[in-house]
Amino acid sequence: MASITLKNVVKRYGFGKSTNQVIHGVNAQIGDGEFVVVVGPSGCGKSTLLRMVAGLEEISEGEISIGQRVVNNLEPSERDIAMVFQNYALYPHMSVFENMAYGLKIAKVPLDEIRARVDKAARILELGPYLRRKPRELSGGQRQRVAMGRAIVRQPQVFLFDEPLSNLDAKLRAHTRLEIQKLHRELGITSLFVTHDQVEAMTLAQRMIVMNDGVMEQFGTPEEVYTRPATTFVAGFIGSPPMNLLKNAPDAKPGTIVGIRPEHLDITAKGWSLNVDALEMLGAERLVYGRWLHGAGDELVIVRCAEDHPAPELGSTIHVTPRAGRLHAFDAATGKRLPI
Amino acid sequence: MVERRPLLNALSHVVLILGVLIVAFPLYLTFVASTQTSQAIMQAPMSLLPGDQLIENYSAALMGKGAGAGAKAPVARMMTVSLISALIISLGKILISLLSAFAIVYFRFPYRMFVFWSIFITLMLPVEVRIGPTYKVVADFGMLDSYAGLTIPLIASATATFLFRQFFLTVPEELVEAARIDGAGPMRFFKDVLLPLSATSIAALFVIQFIYGWNQYLWPLLVTTNENMYPVVIGIKRMISGGDSEMQWNIVMATAMLAMIPPALVVILMQKWFVKGLVDTEK
Repeated sequence: MASITLKNVVKRYGFGKSTNQVIHGVNAQIGDGEFVVVVGPSGCGKSTLLRMVAGLEEISEGEISIGQRVVNNLEPSERDIAMVFQNYALYPHMSVFENMAYGLKIAKVPLDEIRARVDKAARILELGPYLRRKPRELSGGQRQRVAMGRAIVRQPQVFLFDEPLSNLDAKLRAHTRLEIQKLHRELGITSLFVTHDQVEAMTLAQRMIVMNDGVMEQFGTPEEVYTRPATTFVAGFIGSPPMNLLKNAPDAKPGTIVGIRPEHLDITAKGWSLNVDALEMLGAERLVYGRWLHGAGDELVIVRCAEDHPAPELGSTIHVTPRAGRLHAFDAATGKRLPI
Repeated sequence: MVERRPLLNALSHVVLILGVLIVAFPLYLTFVASTQTSQAIMQAPMSLLPGDQLIENYSAALMGKGAGAGAKAPVARMMTVSLISALIISLGKILISLLSAFAIVYFRFPYRMFVFWSIFITLMLPVEVRIGPTYKVVADFGMLDSYAGLTIPLIASATATFLFRQFFLTVPEELVEAARIDGAGPMRFFKDVLLPLSATSIAALFVIQFIYGWNQYLWPLLVTTNENMYPVVIGIKRMISGGDSEMQWNIVMATAMLAMIPPALVVILMQKWFVKGLVDTEK
């Protein structure tokens, strides 16, 4: 078991003028046994970051340590990590057993021990009956479990997951999410999990890193990230529908952006005046899209109200009041959170 | 297609049978001729039923005891030469092209694309074009009348390198990375992952290259002068160029039949194997 420390980690591709910097100095300290999710839109550098920890990409600048060891110049196999790939990357010509045993065989672990470890992993993952099958004879979910089994038998210091659930259907994904949580509780191995799916991030993470454009925007627990987003990007990325980020709110100070989550706006007799532009019925709740009555461009305000709340009519005027203590303020220039 | 049309069925069978007859008749004729005495072959029309000289003709051919003009090297010896050269050519080609494709696809060395293109360009150069210089080189190295001379110039193969390169490019990148995390070095990855995955391509290539090696004519004709180093294809040719005297057609035909057996066996046996490979494939 080990902690992971990232110090000013930078990744560049190319040389000279064609240099393309994709990661701009990430600092993070991941505790021993912690489950950390890296989340961000595609192309934000989250997979690159993970691959640098794995040793599949060179580190252009900065330092990554696993435990007490700086691993910058170590081969992936020497870093004491295991990785689960998005498309599982199982060796197609080997049986499930051989797939799981391959790393151990190369590490010259005695055969008895290999068998014991694979059997144990197969028991945890309920793969016992499939050990002799080839990957193509397995379903997507089973392949995914084999990929996890291959990681488990190595008994690594760190688990790395590169969007392992994105090839599964919705139902299986929810199920596997729970299994991964259970696995982490049982084994307690430090894990770094990359995903673009915020639901996965919120449900799995003990702490999460939100990335955008190669910059770490926030590193905190899901609650912190949700209730106290550090930047406008985080506020807009986490939560569906996203937080309202309003430049034209009636009581906004110049140069600031007011943030308020749709569920923290209540339709009241008085307050901000909105013209109802569109309505969306989602089942348990209803989304009301309003425009400022004081005519400030096309800024939309989304209000989320319970399904039993009477629906306002299209084109009518409503008044909404933000709940006390739920307002956020951001600097309009930098996007950074401001104290209220 | 599930259709019930007796007329169409009959017609297609007639066409197929005609096709088979056209292809098979010369083979049959060769076989018939190889079982008769040379006098019987000379009669016009020649009998289309097998004669009674089968064992005599074939043993005469194998031992090189045929009477009459032309080369009389034993066919058994020539078959061995052919077999050894065809095996060296096909296995050597597979080995060399696997390794060079591996280098081109998986290693980032300087001038990688230059190397690739220079290999690729030789695709367009058949042996015949470079036969003069190649002969000079082989002769200067003293490799005339040797297995080395017969095989080495034919081993370098752009086609096979290109084929394996294309195959390696379809192997997912993640597999390489998974192997790196599992601690497999490059050669280990080559041996444990790439080789088993390319088994079907190797089988297909082996069949093609074995026949290519076995059927070589022009090159052995140049580099062999000693009867002991004649491949069987050259042997047949030398047998016919007998001048005025009577030709031992029965022995020539027996030799031809014998020369056909190994490539046919390779095709038949390997076909089973690579059909199995095709069924087992991942994609």
